[in-house]
Amino acid sequence: MITLSPRSNISFSLTLLTPIIAIFFTLVMGLIIFSFLGYDPLKSLYYFFIAPVSRPDQVAALAVKACPLILIASGLVFCYRSNIWNIGAEGQLVFGAIFSGWLALNFLESNSFLLLPCMMLVAILGGMFWALIPAILKIRFNTNEILVSLMLTYVASLFIDFLVRGPWRDPMSFGFPLTPTYSDAALIDRVYIPFVGYIGQLHYGVFVALFVSVILWFVLMKMLPGFKIRVTGESSSAAIFAGFNPSHVTIMVMCISGGTAGLAGMIEVSANIGQLQPNISFGYGFTAIIVAFLARLNPLAAIPAGLIVALAELGGDSVQISMGMPKVVTGVFKGLLLLSLLAGETFNRYHIKFDFKKGNK
Amino acid sequence: MLELIIAVILSSIPIMLAATGELVVERSGVLNLGVEGMMLMGAVIASITVITTGSLFLAVIFGALSGLLTSIVFGFFALVLATNQVATGLALTIFGTGLSGLIGAEYVGKAIQRLEAFNIPILSNIPYLGPVLFSHNILVYFSFIIVFIVGWFLLKTKSGLVLRAVGNNHDSAHALGYSVVFIRFCSVMFGGLMAGLGGAFLPLVLTPHWAEGMTAGKGWIALALVVFASWRPLRIPIGALLFSGITVMQLVGQARGWAMPSQFLSMLPYLATIAVLVIISRNKEFSIINAPASLGKLFIAGK
Repeated sequence: MITLSPRSNISFSLTLLTPIIAIFFTLVMGLIIFSFLGYDPLKSLYYFFIAPVSRPDQVAALAVKACPLILIASGLVFCYRSNIWNIGAEGQLVFGAIFSGWLALNFLESNSFLLLPCMMLVAILGGMFWALIPAILKIRFNTNEILVSLMLTYVASLFIDFLVRGPWRDPMSFGFPLTPTYSDAALIDRVYIPFVGYIGQLHYGVFVALFVSVILWFVLMKMLPGFKIRVTGESSSAAIFAGFNPSHVTIMVMCISGGTAGLAGMIEVSANIGQLQPNISFGYGFTAIIVAFLARLNPLAAIPAGLIVALAELGGDSVQISMGMPKVVTGVFKGLLLLSLLAGETFNRYHIKFDFKKGNK
Repeated sequence: MLELIIAVILSSIPIMLAATGELVVERSGVLNLGVEGMMLMGAVIASITVITTGSLFLAVIFGALSGLLTSIVFGFFALVLATNQVATGLALTIFGTGLSGLIGAEYVGKAIQRLEAFNIPILSNIPYLGPVLFSHNILVYFSFIIVFIVGWFLLKTKSGLVLRAVGNNHDSAHALGYSVVFIRFCSVMFGGLMAGLGGAFLPLVLTPHWAEGMTAGKGWIALALVVFASWRPLRIPIGALLFSGITVMQLVGQARGWAMPSQFLSMLPYLATIAVLVIISRNKEFSIINAPASLGKLFIAGK
């Protein structure tokens, strides 16, 4: 039997160490699975974790990949802190892209510098709109937000598929499901450094992500709304006693996470794609869930956590090209990582006693 | 028309099996969101087994067992280590989706021998009724029977009562001397077995080949089905037939070129799920009366 008993105080060093141990454990498990399936384990680890970041432009690619993950995870942290399980960030991302795309496609000739900020704003509204549906249904009808937000993700990706194949398709696209290309004013520039030039695909959207995660950290840790959210998550009865309305908290956290997901969708399209297409995201909304847990539900820690998980994403591409493994192998790593992190949480909070004596209940 | 009814029955089986398993899991107070991952593991192992050995019997057995094995991972983390059940279930789905894709990579799209229908003598010769009710493969009969067995077990046996007690108040059940973790672990493994079997049904009957992520959200619909059934086993087949009716209807609509963009038709099963969740959940007396009170809550013995 394994018995758990709560620790009286949770040490800071252990809190910091847990994610590192979890990553190490994931790597060991990954090695075992790779060799079991007949791949050279060391070679796979090299292509997975080292080859994707061996040049400066590849490091930039890592930051670009991490950008939507950091953004979405910083928002999801608010939900998970308050025990609201929004797992439909992927759909909210798509709606952010749809709303901002509507603006971009209506101003194809524009070269106003106002276009980009307006697109960001409507993208946030689009994500919020899609996130408010499960929030309102939960408050009004007591429905399960996990299932509703997930079902809405399927609906959102079918809806964007309809738009780019139907009403929004570029007549000049030779039948491809693509909208017209955005005007330059609707695109996010790559970062240009004098004398150095461009660093790979690094774009200004990455700085937006960093900025948002710092702001959200401040809101969560230093401001009253953040305090309400944390109290609600840790003890709902204490929150009600203190007069915090749980419905307001639900609306607030869903708006924050929907908004960040929507913004991520807009940045993804304006910085990397330049037009709408049926698939604009590689499951960032789902992967960000893992980032949020790796960050131990802290928006600021979502930055390093996002970079680590982005490495696993790029590693998946790398092993696919160089070793012929299917790209889904990243899913194995991501699942193992989340499991190890959750187990780490237990080791952090409880003393674990192993007791194999017979007749012990 | 007859063919359509048969198609509705067949496509209801995977979600019916998975939902029946998950219902037992939830009745014991555990929320396992890893159904999708367990179904995919069942589907991929069943496909590989039938391609390499040619034995459909082994494919069914191994498919179910691989669902069970996957659920043990969940049980170990969520029950023994008392990790957050929602996050652990999500991790299981992500892990199962990845692992099934990895081990099934070489088998994608390879044709699979279908599970033959078994005509029940005499009864299957009844016009209309025979082909609809008595001319299916063995798993179809099994699914309907298992729903009744689970209903009987949960509501009429002492073990079922203990299982429900654990789900309603784990601290009281623990105080009475029942091993909460052991009972929940057994339920979780039953849920895994059923999800694996439901997953195996996909390549062995519905679409005779393996494809990455071929469950396409069926695991999640099974979870919604448990809410639809408001935790009563006998309501599972009704819900499953309803959902698969909508799925088959939208496929027919697409094939016949109804005057509606195909994407909107494809949305129907998901929108219907949301609509059903709203209708069931808004009626608090109806939905809460059977809802396990300890569902999803952490249990630490002797805290």
